[in-house]
Amino acid sequence: MGAAGRATPSSLIYEVFRQERKGQPFQHAGSVEAADDHFADVYAREQYGRRGESSGLWIVPRSAVTEIHDFVDELNRNYHRVDGYPLKEKLKEARERAGTAAPRDR
Amino acid sequence: MNEQVRQLLEIADDELILGWRDSEWTGIAPLLEEDVAFSSIAQNEIGHARALYELAARELGTTADELAFDRSPEEYLCAPIVELRLMDWERTIARHYLYEEADAVRLERLKQSDDPEIAGLAAKIDREEAYHRIHAQMWFDRLQAEPRFTAALEDLRPQAAALLDSSQRNGHTPELTTLWEEMTVVRRSQPAGTKW
Repeated sequence: MGAAGRATPSSLIYEVFRQERKGQPFQHAGSVEAADDHFADVYAREQYGRRGESSGLWIVPRSAVTEIHDFVDELNRNYHRVDGYPLKEKLKEARERAGTAAPRDR
Repeated sequence: MNEQVRQLLEIADDELILGWRDSEWTGIAPLLEEDVAFSSIAQNEIGHARALYELAARELGTTADELAFDRSPEEYLCAPIVELRLMDWERTIARHYLYEEADAVRLERLKQSDDPEIAGLAAKIDREEAYHRIHAQMWFDRLQAEPRFTAALEDLRPQAAALLDSSQRNGHTPELTTLWEEMTVVRRSQPAGTKW
């Protein structure tokens, strides 16, 4: 088997999440393609762990991940978001309407 | 050359030549993940060779590069099994498994050395070899019932004995000369006195 015909075994994609230091969140690092959980473990260690770059790995078969993409925000309810209500633009518009300048930084 | 230096050179030569052979899989392994894994193993083995050559070079009053590249093929002390150009996967994995098995035994011995530098280096190398062993074991577990793999293991096993027995390291395969010519071509082409 040469470069032209790589084996296409019944392999799976595993998503790999790594934790850089203890206590930090696990973040998506990439993926590995492996024949089974054992191969995924070895390849993930090899590519994401063995040089001291991670303190932990999560290795998850992609099939175990539930994906959701269909988000629409037709009513512009972004003020419900937990990261807060972006006031800056709205404040600027209001000042322009009122004809007043922004207060100087103190 | 005393026994200890000879032993360091035997292992260094094994690691250099096997690292070179493993690197031949870069880009053409049966699985993309194995391009990564085998290239990484190759790089580790050549790194171990360098560290071992440095220890030997100090005893011999030379340098690691001179030991790695300036000897003639017949002066290398590697075991013939590492010289073989094995471009089929089952034989590559069989050699990898047999090599790691023997390497673990010899590293354990080196870790007991009276020389703290040798013992320390062996412990350091062993920490990296642990990853090679889990890689070899993973393939062994996967292929152990495959007739092509078991035939390759049986075929290569007698040659693996030389890895742990200096008296069986006599002579080389013609494949070493071909490899040596390629491996040293840049080194040999440099004008005298070149400093890198």
